[in-house]
Amino acid sequence: MKIHEYQARQLLAEAGIPVPGGTMVTSISDATNAAKTLLDGGATLLVVKAQVHAGGRGKAGFVKLCRSLEEVTEAATFMFNNPMVSVQTGPEGLDVTKVLIADGVDIESEFYLAITMDRANGTNALIASSEGGVEIETVAHENPDAILTQRIDPLAGLQEYQARQLAFDLGFTGSQVRQASSIMMKLAKLVDETDASLAEINPLIITPGSDGQVMAIDAKFDFDDNALFRHPNIKEMFDPTEENDSELKASEFGLNFIALDGNIGCLVNGAGLAMATMDIIKLHGGSPANFLDVGGAATLEAVTEAFRIILADSKVEGVLVNIFGGIMKCDVIAEAIVSAAKEVGFTVPLVVRLEGTNVEAARKILKAAEMDIPTMQTATDLEDAAARVASAVSAVC
Amino acid sequence: MAILINGDTTVLCQGITGSAGAFHTRGCLDYGTKMVGGVTPGKGGQKDTNGLPIFNTVTEGVKETGATASMIFVPPPFAADSILEAADAGISVICAITEGIPTADMMQVKETLKKYPNATLIGPNCPGIITPGKKTGGDGSSSTFENGCKIGIMPGYIHTAPCDADSGKSVGIISRSGTLTYEAVWQTSSLGIGQTTCIGIGGDPVKGENFIELLARFNNDDETDAVVMIGEIGGSDETNAGIWVKENMSKPVISFIAGRTAPKGKRMGHAGAIIGGSDDTAIAKMESLRSNGVLVSESPAEIGTMTAEALGVTANAC
Repeated sequence: MKIHEYQARQLLAEAGIPVPGGTMVTSISDATNAAKTLLDGGATLLVVKAQVHAGGRGKAGFVKLCRSLEEVTEAATFMFNNPMVSVQTGPEGLDVTKVLIADGVDIESEFYLAITMDRANGTNALIASSEGGVEIETVAHENPDAILTQRIDPLAGLQEYQARQLAFDLGFTGSQVRQASSIMMKLAKLVDETDASLAEINPLIITPGSDGQVMAIDAKFDFDDNALFRHPNIKEMFDPTEENDSELKASEFGLNFIALDGNIGCLVNGAGLAMATMDIIKLHGGSPANFLDVGGAATLEAVTEAFRIILADSKVEGVLVNIFGGIMKCDVIAEAIVSAAKEVGFTVPLVVRLEGTNVEAARKILKAAEMDIPTMQTATDLEDAAARVASAVSAVC
Repeated sequence: MAILINGDTTVLCQGITGSAGAFHTRGCLDYGTKMVGGVTPGKGGQKDTNGLPIFNTVTEGVKETGATASMIFVPPPFAADSILEAADAGISVICAITEGIPTADMMQVKETLKKYPNATLIGPNCPGIITPGKKTGGDGSSSTFENGCKIGIMPGYIHTAPCDADSGKSVGIISRSGTLTYEAVWQTSSLGIGQTTCIGIGGDPVKGENFIELLARFNNDDETDAVVMIGEIGGSDETNAGIWVKENMSKPVISFIAGRTAPKGKRMGHAGAIIGGSDDTAIAKMESLRSNGVLVSESPAEIGTMTAEALGVTANAC
């Protein structure tokens, strides 16, 4: 689960990590008021930042440096009235409903700091780079030696000496070594206490002057969905407006659904088989409209809902059902097809491939309903199914 | 010969009184697995619906039954504890079916399991492990088997024991995905190819056995003629396995990698891909595997035929 920057800054502040002041606002007038308070308090530079989960805000014009009330009002007006379009959002962009008005800070130098999973070791790792403020992927690609890591022992946790080592390696000197290593220790504790799967401070900065302070300017957090049950305070930060409507609806029914751009809707059990089904559709010249894993224990209601979600997508010109029943019983899927046909109706071609538990019963159910679902074809195997749906859809176009 | 488990393996179910534990204990018994009891703290001394003894602790269960394997259906918040309890009780094959265990819990489990070199963890978030038994009768899903061992949720009847394989050839199957494993089993069985042992290693990033450990076991198993390895996007396990195959494997390895059409960045925060250091897309993995001599199937529908070709089995699908 992702959270907004303003929420991440709040978590950092609560953990004792220095962050510049700021206020999240949901309207242009609130933005003006928040800016006035900060300016009256002596601030000379403010940063107006759209709060959306997608990256690429700066380039899209959704992070603005402002030096007056008028500039803040202008920036906020633009952000609240235009969708943010970046490489990460798709062409339609994202509507902005929340904006952060933050104290601007002068920067001497920038660093990257994160804790995330090191899959190869099966542990977390503390990652840092002296090339802050830029995308870490770019650093990894162009200058991999600039990325420093310390493995975090899952039982002992991050040790002070590891944090000190990293602070020295990054080039911190004097009192900043202790400031930086203290931030690292606090970040590790925060990750531990919240089950964060990614805790990223980018940039971590030093302010100018001989007594330069180490601070977090921007932060990004992602949390382990499987651990949210033990963190109600984190779960509360969930922002449903950032999620795709269909994906949200699907998750309420325990379905794992991801919307894609293609025209062939897929209903599959198991994540691996669901991906493989998308792959084989592509190999046959088609294009999947979604990833959908109905899981192993989906009920008739959930599977019927899955069809409703797939058929609600106007791009869908054909549907492929691919089920290999293990725990999932094929007859449940067959009944869901019949009930979806009654409730929603299959006006587009439907190709069904069933194998595994209770397949004989399922075939009987579909056979009996043949007349009611004229667009339905049954396939003998995966290859046959993909070929049928691809050709049915290309015939429609 | 099969690996890790065989017809003599005795199995406890941790979480036997839960709905999934009870349902699949029944399924394993039906397949012929030697289920010898279950564990539910607080219900020790009772019997389950199949008449199996229930114990309060795994240690007690092992002492009373001599079980060497365990199948875990304990809910996610308590599953990590159950894995460690099994290891501490001396269970040698721990199969964790549970989906949704917090990653941090699994990191601690993995670190702690280093103290138990004799414990082998399969999963979590996996369909389990099966060494197919000889078919004794019935048809389709009502077939019956003997001398096999199914620990998990897979449909047993689609598997073919080496002694029942028309082609005389058998494969081992290792997979990160459940239903895609069934697909590979189904395709090979349909071509008269048997399976020595099939293992779902699970879809979680931090897990027990991985490709390399299991490839090594199959490499040393006389009955296994080739290995089918099914991977997917994310991480570098398949790539590392390919390198291992090139240096060590004396048998053909056939692979499929799911997710070439998967949208990027839907799963992982971006620093996660950094540490692996390599590209973890399906296409990159496929290319890497090929360069190490692994036979890579472009289509999930060709896993069986590619395996048959590698084994010199002429396709006469039944």
